[in-house]
This record gives sequence, C-alpha cells and structure tokens, in this order.
Amino acid sequence: MVYPTTFRYTKDDEWVDVKGELGTVGLTHEAQCRLGDIVYLELPAMGAKLEAGKPLGVVESVKAVFEIFSPVSGDVVEVNLELKDAPEKVNSDPHGAGWLIKVRLKDPTETEALMDAAAYEAYATNPEREAKH
Amino acid sequence: MADLTAGKLRQTPLNAVHRALGAKMVDFGGWDMPVEYPSTGGLVAEHKAVRRGVGMFDVSHMGDIRIHGRRTPGGGLAAVEHITMNQASRLEIGQAQYSAMLYPEGAFVDDVIVHRLGSDDFLLVINAGTREKDINWVEENTRDFECTVENLSDSYTQLAIQGPRAADLLQKLTHANLSKIGNYWFTHSKVCGLENILLARTGYTGEDGFEIYIPSDKQTSEEVWAMVMSAGREFEIVPCGLGARNTLRLEAKMSLYGHEISDTINVWEAGLDRFCRMEKGDFIGRASLARAKAKPVARKLVGLEMIDRGIARDGYRCLNQEGELIGVITSGSPSPTLGKNIALAFVPPAESALGTTIYVEIRAMKAQARVVPTPFYKRAKIAETKSTTK
Repeated sequence: MVYPTTFRYTKDDEWVDVKGELGTVGLTHEAQCRLGDIVYLELPAMGAKLEAGKPLGVVESVKAVFEIFSPVSGDVVEVNLELKDAPEKVNSDPHGAGWLIKVRLKDPTETEALMDAAAYEAYATNPEREAKH
Repeated sequence: MADLTAGKLRQTPLNAVHRALGAKMVDFGGWDMPVEYPSTGGLVAEHKAVRRGVGMFDVSHMGDIRIHGRRTPGGGLAAVEHITMNQASRLEIGQAQYSAMLYPEGAFVDDVIVHRLGSDDFLLVINAGTREKDINWVEENTRDFECTVENLSDSYTQLAIQGPRAADLLQKLTHANLSKIGNYWFTHSKVCGLENILLARTGYTGEDGFEIYIPSDKQTSEEVWAMVMSAGREFEIVPCGLGARNTLRLEAKMSLYGHEISDTINVWEAGLDRFCRMEKGDFIGRASLARAKAKPVARKLVGLEMIDRGIARDGYRCLNQEGELIGVITSGSPSPTLGKNIALAFVPPAESALGTTIYVEIRAMKAQARVVPTPFYKRAKIAETKSTTK
C-alpha cells in the first residue's frame, strides 16, 4: 500500500502522522496526483494557531490553486522550509520529504475521527468520488 | 421536453485512447477532455516536449463550419467577408488566416481560423465552447448571401501535431512535400494511407506544427492516432493535454475565448488590430469599431511577469502603487519555458508601458509584477523561411 498505515487521512487528501503531542501534516499521494506539477506553497508561519477542518494554506500546481485544510487543531511549531525552493518534493515524496508542517496538537485524540490508511485508499481510488482537485 | 443529454459530457472519438493512456480527464466546456497524461511526466513534460521535440493533441472538440457559394459565384466569399474581420479575399486557395466573428458592438462572437478551400469555398475552425452559438450566428447572418453553410464539426477528428520535429514526423506519414507548405498554408493529401486529408501548418502553441482533419469514425481516429504515435517514437513524441495547450498558447500570447477576448471585449482592447481589416469594406462590427477608434481605448492587454513570489490567475485584481483597482488578470500561469510566473491583464493605457509596476492581489498578498514585452516566447524563425510566398 502506498499509504503509510501509521498515518491518518482526511477527505480533503491531507495526512497527519501523530507522535505523542506532535503531528506532522502533509498532502497525500492522491492529492499530488490530482494536482500535477506543484510549483508553489503558501504555508502558515511558526506559532500560527490551526483549527481542524479550517484552511491552513494553499498549494498551487501549474494549472490551478487549491486550499489545504488542517487535519488537526494546534500550534505550528515547524514549517518545511525546503519546500520554498523545491515544492516539487510534494510530488516526488508526499508522505516523506514533502511534509508541510509540524503541529503541537491541542488534542491528540482528535485524529481518531479521521480515516485510516485502508479506508482512505478505498476513498481516494473510488471512481465515483467527485473530482475535487 | 427534457433534454436527455443534459449533464452528459461529450466525447471525442479518441476518448477511449485517452482513458487507456491514463489521462486525467476534465470537463472542458461540456467536453470530457484530457488535461494531462501522468504517464508522460505530466503537463510540464508535455509542454517541454512541444518546445523541444513534438507532441500530439486531440483537438476534435473544435468545431468546423464550411461556407461555400451557390449559383452566383462569390456568394461564399461575400458571406465570409461579412461575418469576419480579417480579409478573406486576400487568401489564396490553400491559405489560412487568423480572424474573428464580431457582434455589431465590435466585441467577439469567437475567434476563427479561415481556410480558403476554393475560390468561393471556406472552412472556419471555431472554438469548442462556442460551437452552437457560432453555428447559429453564422446561419443567421449569412441568410442574405448566395451561400451554403454546413456544420462539419462532427465530421472531423482534429489532431494537432506540434513542435520543431512535427514536420519531420508528419513527413513520414504523408505524400505531401511539407517543406513547400508555409506557416498558415494547407493542402489536401494522402496522410496515414487516407486520401484527401486536410493538413494545415497551423496550431495554438507558438511552435511550428500541423493540424490534420481526419474522418471522425472511432476506428480511423484510433488508427491514425496510433500511427502518429508510432512514427513519432524516434522523436520522443508525447500525447499532450489541454493543460499544456494552455501554457503553450499563453507563452505565445495567443488569445483564449472567455479570457483575452469575449463578448464584452472589443478588437482594439484585445490588441488584435492587425487581424482586423477596416479598409476591406463593411462587415459586422465595423461601424462600432470605427466609432471606438475615434476615442482612446479604456484598457489594454499587457503581459506581466511576477517579481514577487505568487502566481497571478484569471480574475485576480490588479492594483496600482496607491492600491487602487486598475484592472484584471485574464490568464496567468507559471511558464515552463521561462521558469517565471507570467500573466496577461487588462489595464488602463496609462499603466501599460513596459516596465510599469503593477500589483496583483493574490489572496491576502499584494504581489509585485512588471509589464513586459509579449509574446513571452517566440520561436526561432526556421519554418518561416520555407513559407510559400506570393
């Protein structure tokens, strides 16, 4: 499976990897496939307060602009600065080097409502799914 | 009566081919069209293939209208002259021109390529999104002429084979001597074993290339597609989607209906003066354009290059130094060839000089941009030296 089993996933194609109080957030392989060549990311600043389900930033591919929604609530403690000059890392390694931000979680149990890898894969690859990206 | 086809996307005869190639499909003006083929590497790879080698686009969604004279000779020509702004009488048989159909107000019904098939016989290639509107417009406005109007839109599968290697590739598949066909000229020849195929040195990429019009049955369409792909292997041909088509045409500053031209933008504003022959005699839109010409234009189409990070997109607002709203972006994208973010925008003439700083409202940011010369990309003039000259 292309989707790491330790991650949790949203319907908007974000993932979160929770380790204790810290959550790493990124875009899924499915998201990068739908987007195509990613050329620009607008990410929150360090210390920004995020709310689950609310916009956290913007990703742009050559052809379009999409909003990124936060899978979790909390404070941004780290931003992947390497993406500033190499946004294509989200295409090449969406679940690894293409991570977006790290968040100090307000409530680590919040992610239980999100999909696990198997559920997300079924959701992402469902042809009936409305084309969002 | 309920329209049973409502909501159902139209497909070109090559739809199954695109799907088999794993193309990402989108609804483009009611058509189910490939936007990019991830198997090629995607939009940017397709774009670069056309700039460096060759790519093939299925553009069968484009429409085709034939207008030809009836009993009185000249009825077809007179009709085309009446409904288009360029001068069709200047065309030789086998030559094509960029033109447009205008409303009486001088704004655009659509832009078209007019091909002169015979002395009184023309083929107008029109946009997909405006097909029905265009055909109705042509029929209504040619009634007083001794001509026959035929909607051939569903008769052709139209393939655009584009790039510096397009001629080398196509020469393998046709008897026509392509070195004798200049830019915006065409011929009818045997192509891929099919007789009498319209083959035109035209395109929408700013690159050398050809468009071929083959019978639209599924089997023939699929066979020709496969033959071109196979013959193109040595040139590393890739299938290209509408995504690359858009970035290619934007770099070449070719207008897109609904963006740089529309039913509210006139010819002078769009900067298409050189394709509008006011001196040819009357045509629909001429009187309004003549009146408009007496006054300075309210807005001009300019090219922008982003200085700050950020991509200007269609519909974003343009501001001056003082933060006042001065215009709007019509198209914008990263330019794969230039490695910069580029855009076209309508701004007042006072803000249109090269080097002028303009700010583009991108979400919460005001991103700095600069007015630059257009087209953003111009190919080296190799194909032109081969042009057939009068």
